[in-house]
Amino acid sequence: MADRIYVASRKGLLEFSEKAAGKWDMTGTSFVGEPVSAVLPDARDGTLYAALNLGHFGIKLHRSEDGAKTWRELPAPAYAATPEGEDGDKKDGPSVSLIWTLAAGGTDQPGRLWAGTIPGGLFRSDDRGESWSLVGRLWNLPEREQWFGGGYDEPGIHSICVDPTDSKRLTVGVSCGGVWMSKDAGASWTLGGAGLRNEYMPPDMAETRVLQDVHRLAQCPAAPNVIWCQHHNGIFRTEDGGVNFTEIETAQPSAFGFAVAVHPADPNTAWFVPAVKDECRVPVDQRMVVSRTKDGGNSFEVFADGLPKNPSFDLVYRHCLDIDATGERLAMGSTTGNFWVAADGGSRWTLVSNHLPPIAQVIWAPGD
Amino acid sequence: MARVSFTNNLRRHLPCPPTEVPGDTVRAVLDGVFAANPMLRSYLLDDQGRLRKHVKVFVGGRVVSDTAGLSDSVSAGDEVFVFQALSGG
Repeated sequence: MADRIYVASRKGLLEFSEKAAGKWDMTGTSFVGEPVSAVLPDARDGTLYAALNLGHFGIKLHRSEDGAKTWRELPAPAYAATPEGEDGDKKDGPSVSLIWTLAAGGTDQPGRLWAGTIPGGLFRSDDRGESWSLVGRLWNLPEREQWFGGGYDEPGIHSICVDPTDSKRLTVGVSCGGVWMSKDAGASWTLGGAGLRNEYMPPDMAETRVLQDVHRLAQCPAAPNVIWCQHHNGIFRTEDGGVNFTEIETAQPSAFGFAVAVHPADPNTAWFVPAVKDECRVPVDQRMVVSRTKDGGNSFEVFADGLPKNPSFDLVYRHCLDIDATGERLAMGSTTGNFWVAADGGSRWTLVSNHLPPIAQVIWAPGD
Repeated sequence: MARVSFTNNLRRHLPCPPTEVPGDTVRAVLDGVFAANPMLRSYLLDDQGRLRKHVKVFVGGRVVSDTAGLSDSVSAGDEVFVFQALSGG
């Protein structure tokens, strides 16, 4: 089977396949008309998972074992019902409002899945999504009370990095709630993120680690202690698995954005999609570009080949820039419904479609 | 027994034919529905068992007021109708 890219969009899950070198066609649609918030092609067994946000009818989870031809609904992650108060009042109890990200466990953990959600729960499944349990040790930390919503009303977990060399090691990104690390598959957690800073906070709170607005974490598979962080305030990089971060201040044309991709074999190479800044979420000068560093952030190249030449308002959300296993090809989708694929390490982009719904995620699925 | 029917928009997602179930409160009636159709529960109720914000339930033409406790009474022969408001673009 040819390589595929799945696009989770506001109006369905879209499948694109490479029909000829560099030529991508839409080859499948699922859940047409429904908002798809996350998709996971599980490389361990070829299973595909899709999370929906039906709005009126809540969040849903589906699984396909035949490459998106047929789907079966699974129980979605959910909080346990809280005990009723004396007056029977349960209005404060949590309820999952969005599955923001799905991640596969390690190759030594068949069937294990992780789900990052709003309002901030991390959920685990050990049976391919047939059942889910809240990671209570993270949810019950007193520091969680300080988390707060970024773009959404409530905080959420959007990045779950599973160390490919030690699948018990997890690094989780929270907006807004910092970087959290576990060495024991979620049984205990420590707060990382020293060196991150929120410039917009009061000066004495700017470096408070539990308040950091991490937009996205991207872990290098070949060097899992290196994690790139696109943060609300700029670009940061850790070489010790998330404990300490160094700010990268050389990014061009700006350091604001949501998405980051890291080369699977080279921890010094990473890609970003810069926007003006937090209160103006459009490309700098309305000219869309992708930036790349190949030297750990000392310098950046800026690529516009194949991207819109006319004024553009595209924003690329945090899950909408993905790199393939070779490190040569990238896929990118925008809120404006544009979808591109790049070869040559992201230096040249090809528009695949410019009339898709707003895009929530793009992800490569390797061919057989 | 109360007769419970559902908006066509819900039937897009899963089977939910009209059904007759016993119960003297909305909670009891819906629990009876969910016993036979467990996947339906999360479409109508959130994790805490509250009616989802945009889901409305009518009993005998009256909108259910206790959306958290679902304690509104249901009488034998009542028509219970579940629907929601569509939005978006």
